[in-house]
Amino acid sequence: MSEMKDTLILAVESSCDETAAAVVRNGREILSNIIYSQIDLHTLYGGVVPEIASRKHTEKINQVIEKALAEAGVTLAEIDAVGVTYGPGLVGALLVGVAEAKAIAYAAGKPLVGVHHIEGHIAANYIEHQDLEPPFLCLVVSGGHTHLVRVRDYGTFDILGRTRDDAAGEAFDKVARAIGLGYPGGPKIDRVAREGDPDAIAFPRAHVEDALYDFSFSGLKSAVLNYINGCRMKGETFSQADVAASFQKAVTDVLVANAMHAVEEYGADTFAIAGGVASNSALRAAMQEACAKRGVKFCYPSPVYCTDNAAMIGVAAYYEYRKGTRSGWDLNAVPNLKLGER
Amino acid sequence: MRILALDSSGLVASAAVVEEDQTIAEYTVNYKKTHSQTLLPMVDEIARMIDLDLHTLSAIAVSGGPGSFTGLRIGSATAKGLGLALDIPLIHIPTLEGLAYNLYGAASLVCPIMDARRKQVYTGVYAFADGFITVMDQCAIPVTELAGKLNELGREVVFLGDGVPVYRETLDELLQVPHSYAPAHMNRQRAASVGALGIEYYRQGRTQIAAAHAPDYLRVSQAERERAEREKKEREACL
Repeated sequence: MSEMKDTLILAVESSCDETAAAVVRNGREILSNIIYSQIDLHTLYGGVVPEIASRKHTEKINQVIEKALAEAGVTLAEIDAVGVTYGPGLVGALLVGVAEAKAIAYAAGKPLVGVHHIEGHIAANYIEHQDLEPPFLCLVVSGGHTHLVRVRDYGTFDILGRTRDDAAGEAFDKVARAIGLGYPGGPKIDRVAREGDPDAIAFPRAHVEDALYDFSFSGLKSAVLNYINGCRMKGETFSQADVAASFQKAVTDVLVANAMHAVEEYGADTFAIAGGVASNSALRAAMQEACAKRGVKFCYPSPVYCTDNAAMIGVAAYYEYRKGTRSGWDLNAVPNLKLGER
Repeated sequence: MRILALDSSGLVASAAVVEEDQTIAEYTVNYKKTHSQTLLPMVDEIARMIDLDLHTLSAIAVSGGPGSFTGLRIGSATAKGLGLALDIPLIHIPTLEGLAYNLYGAASLVCPIMDARRKQVYTGVYAFADGFITVMDQCAIPVTELAGKLNELGREVVFLGDGVPVYRETLDELLQVPHSYAPAHMNRQRAASVGALGIEYYRQGRTQIAAAHAPDYLRVSQAERERAEREKKEREACL
């Protein structure tokens, strides 16, 4: 191995409210992972404002990329390829990273590799599980996505199930707002739920008929809102912690049940989670337990690689680059890009 | 000195390579907004046609706003990426100045207007006398206010820009000064003008490092505007 030349990827990610850049060596080693989070700006509005996100990306992107190169101790000339998220995500936000990455690759004479954001989330698992290789099953849960995926090979996926309505993270945000926790909902519910009783309130566990692996969270969200309104109408107070814990348990139960169905059906020996919600402590614990019970290896990224970052994009870009994937200077942002499509 | 200039502030996408005394190449397309897919391929094509070594560029001039928010960001991010990779500065040319420069040497006032929606235009008033003079800096105002301002100035004026087809009738009605409209070869954004003015800016030392560049939108986002209005109402309710 030592005589093989290293492959260095510069990766750029700007699909939502994080401006991020990273340098990744040989697809597995993170030399730098710089994230400029805009979350404080968007908290004022109770959610991500696309136009503000796009503006902030434009202001910060060069600093973030320059810092990623500097921290990795590499020059642009030493980079082998530039990877960039081109979808799915907010179109205006994506466009900033895409235009920037294209211009850098073009001017530096480097190949360009467009990366699917979800492919990046899945690839985040390769960073801290050096022996993890396809095939495996992966549950991607974030503010915009809920996908149960069979990873057949690097960059090759079968989507087994997806949400029919709200993404899991979206449900966390909406419930958090309803019970007065505010934005971002995921980490806040996680924290408050620790003080609550997960069996205090019987919220529904929705299963989609005829689609074993699909999810639906809008019914659960409505049930939580109805419960809160019911309490208010009766002039009763409700326990924020109990609602948070019971809601979180309902989400977790469904995610674990569908995931374990798939594990059994496909005889998977490895199961991974990815995406922002994958850093939820209750979900991790429940998945860990369910996998252990079945003798299945469970993988999950550290929180910093769960939320949006460019390191995961660099990892995915490396495997695409090795397969020969190249993007043209006409690469466009594709806000509703489907996993496995190019 | 050689400058690469970009303008994607409106419907036009335009790229040019400009030197002190001549334009080496210019590629301008005024057709559908697909700037994300077209701008860099246009740069690549002209660069190949003129055997351009990117490392001979002194700076990247970019039309920095106002204009379409997304279009501005495509131009800015492209310029910033080029500036970063080539380690050269950027020159931020206000969109309206770049447009006015199409009519270099005009004896009358030059007034570019862009449709800014919400019943406003992005506009500015410029003149050529011992150089390029800003009579009224670029801003977003109702077209009626612009007409009043031009009547006040009392001088002949020539209009250009994508706001002309939208507001021509209104202007004809309101204006009491002699006026005309620039013809087809010079009435929309052109990167060669951005580049030529860019060379002037460069000589005056008006450059910026790529990291520091951001478009000048002349407007806050809708969410910020609504929030400010809400807060103002709340303050008034308290009084």
